[in-house]
Amino acid sequence: MAFESLTDKLSGIFKKLKGQARLTESNMDEMLKEIRVALLEADVNFKVVKEFINNVKEKAIGQDVLKQLNPSQMIVKIVHDELEQLLGSGENEINYQKNRPTVIMLVGLQGSGKTTTAGKLAYLMKNKLNKKVLLAACDVYRPAAIDQLEQIANDINVPVVNMGTNVSPVEISKAAYKKAFDDHFDVLIIDTAGRLQIDEQLMDELNHIKLSINPDEVLLLVDAMSGQDAVNVASAFNEKISLTGVVMSKLDGDARGGAALSVKHITNVPIKFSGIGEKIVDLDIFHADRMADRILGMGDVMTLVEKAQEEIDEKDAKKTVNKMMSGKFDLDDMLEQMKKVQKMGSLGGLLKLVPGMPKVSPEQLAHSEKEMKNFEIIINSMTKEERKNPAIFKYSRKIRVANGSGKTVADVNRVLKKFEQTKEMMKQMESYKKSGRMPPGFNGKFPGMF
Amino acid sequence: MGLISFLKSKFKNKDKSVEEYSQGMEKSRANFSNRLETLSKKYRKVNEEYFDELEEILIESDIGVSLAVKTIERLLDESKKKKISDADQINELLVDILFEDYMSKGNDFHEIRFNENGPTVLLVVGVNGVGKTTTIAKLAKRYKDMNKKVLLVAADTFRAGAIEQLQTWANRLNIDIVTGSQNGDPASVAFDGMRRAKQTNADLVIVDTAGRLQTKQGLMDELGKINRVISKEIADAPHETFLIIDATTGQNGVSQAKAFSEVTKITGVVITKMDGTSKGGIILAIRDELSIPVRFIGLGEGLDHLKEFDLHKYLYGLCVK
Ligand SMILES: Nc1nc2c(ncn2[C@@H]2O[C@H](COP(=O)(O)OP(=O)(O)OP(=O)(O)O)[C@@H](O)[C@H]2O)c(=O)[nH]1
Ligand SMILES: [Mg+2]
Repeated sequence: MAFESLTDKLSGIFKKLKGQARLTESNMDEMLKEIRVALLEADVNFKVVKEFINNVKEKAIGQDVLKQLNPSQMIVKIVHDELEQLLGSGENEINYQKNRPTVIMLVGLQGSGKTTTAGKLAYLMKNKLNKKVLLAACDVYRPAAIDQLEQIANDINVPVVNMGTNVSPVEISKAAYKKAFDDHFDVLIIDTAGRLQIDEQLMDELNHIKLSINPDEVLLLVDAMSGQDAVNVASAFNEKISLTGVVMSKLDGDARGGAALSVKHITNVPIKFSGIGEKIVDLDIFHADRMADRILGMGDVMTLVEKAQEEIDEKDAKKTVNKMMSGKFDLDDMLEQMKKVQKMGSLGGLLKLVPGMPKVSPEQLAHSEKEMKNFEIIINSMTKEERKNPAIFKYSRKIRVANGSGKTVADVNRVLKKFEQTKEMMKQMESYKKSGRMPPGFNGKFPGMF
Repeated sequence: MGLISFLKSKFKNKDKSVEEYSQGMEKSRANFSNRLETLSKKYRKVNEEYFDELEEILIESDIGVSLAVKTIERLLDESKKKKISDADQINELLVDILFEDYMSKGNDFHEIRFNENGPTVLLVVGVNGVGKTTTIAKLAKRYKDMNKKVLLVAADTFRAGAIEQLQTWANRLNIDIVTGSQNGDPASVAFDGMRRAKQTNADLVIVDTAGRLQTKQGLMDELGKINRVISKEIADAPHETFLIIDATTGQNGVSQAKAFSEVTKITGVVITKMDGTSKGGIILAIRDELSIPVRFIGLGEGLDHLKEFDLHKYLYGLCVK
């Protein structure tokens, strides 16, 4: 199905509304209709779309249109923010126990990705978090389901409790818990058979497993390709066995993944992980911002932000340059600027698409994200005076800041060096701007980035 | 043209089948109550809101917004033309329209069309976890029961446990199977399968393939290669290629059908997991855009849970909630 980009559709409507500075019921209606269609095409459940649109409408009515946006963009922005907020709300960390094994149970429809995810989680916890992990093979129904888990576990060197297919899943999980406890495992992951939410017998079985081992996490697998019915599935599982989280699977395809919104809206259970491929490493934490982009049709929001950014940045850049010229550019300004650039980076590769922006790899992005967090911590440990006037930094001040932020003096030096570089870069930019040419290799590199 | 007259024209010379078909319909009409009936009770005479609700029913079946809107617009038109305002008749008309739309895209046939001489090859493809392997087992049983000599080929060498899964079904059914090694080249397993089929004079060879998302070029190329190897070994093979679609699939199903059609010649869709609560409306969108007929439906995990696709029953079910 060819999706006309949402922004394209909206901008047509917008032409009629040019110059309207406030969002009203009537100027929003046509735009909201398009957004409704976009959400339905993304497989968000019909009723969820209705409620969601109504909420957005209530929020939006009377709002001033931001100077740098037009009304249609403003609406997309409100929708996007609301989506991101809804998708991202809730605790999405796994709660690890200290004195006993943490038990994680994976549940879901047939073919939703439980076994693969069990392997990925085991790998993540073992290799990244240094946990001692045990798997339990409780799918005694699908032919060779246990073989599948055994093979995955074998590849990553994680033991499996395998009692064959003649023992009930309840007994297997009990035995697995006992082993996990006795042998001091940190984590026990229970792989269960896929089942329909209307299969009473099998749903009861899940409940029995749950009651007998009292899992810390009950995670529902939701296929990114799911359609309208995902709400019924999720609410039935939630009612029967109280989910603690959702894992979206198969997000590496091109499905828009509206089921994420449906499920979140209906159950309010936090979405914790995303499956992004078939390999053992292909599990990521859930990114609400990316999911919001995706549901709305990636390009749209990026176009929006891109456009907004052009204006915001120019204005901001001017302000920053002015500040600098008057000697007022300080560490706070730098941090703010880094954050802005960072935010764009997290908008699903926006940077790649902006002409003149340097190519950024995911590793670079992750690195700069980490760097920015470090910078923030360090800058926050400085006094106001130090932030305004970094020139006053002497060794003693550096030691104090390093201690206060839990970093090293070398880290503090890195911040100060970056500040000097940024200042230098901005000076150059200003002079080139005056001469009307950018130096080669400079390529619009944003100050504060990399 | 109403449904009955349409059917009559369709089966002009086969009075018996019309009868059977109409009788079958009578039965499903009895079940055709719930939502539509409540709706029609509530309205009796229809208004705009009624059409909105019908549109909602269609959208919630995953048929897609554009097809739903198109269908309801036609319904509005035709009901005006025919001056129908009675809710029950409107509902009939809706099913008629969907039925005619489907039939206008080509034939509605189900069973595997067997090759005159030599083995008939069926290639089974689809995204991950939709039910390919299980459907293969069900089809193998179906044709074994019809006294066909069936051979299975385990060309999913990628997913852990996939070979064992198909092997288990082959053992249960007591039929021949060709396997390769885990992570080996699936095309060479397909090659071995074709050789074996010729040697043993198999009637039906069913080739299982790994689940793959249609956006992964490397994996789609691999499927193309499997397809080529099969054609090279047996003329005109694969004679049938089934795309398996999970009933829970949303709008992505159309993208799946398109992408798989580009590397293989899809001759039919099998819709699985229809024992759940999803309506599987995406198959109508697939039919609408690509004219691919639905051949079978999966109604459970057991070997007997496979039925020929029955369009009229399906359409009635679609509109019932
Ligand atoms: N309820 C129900 N479950 C089904 C049906 N068909 C298949 N399944 C189940 O769906 C799950 C996945 O089926 P498989 O046959 O392994 O799917 P596949 O497409 O071969 O999966 P991959 O090879 O991993 O891509 C299994 O648990 C099957 O038992 C059906 O019609 N109804
Ligand atoms: Mg399979």
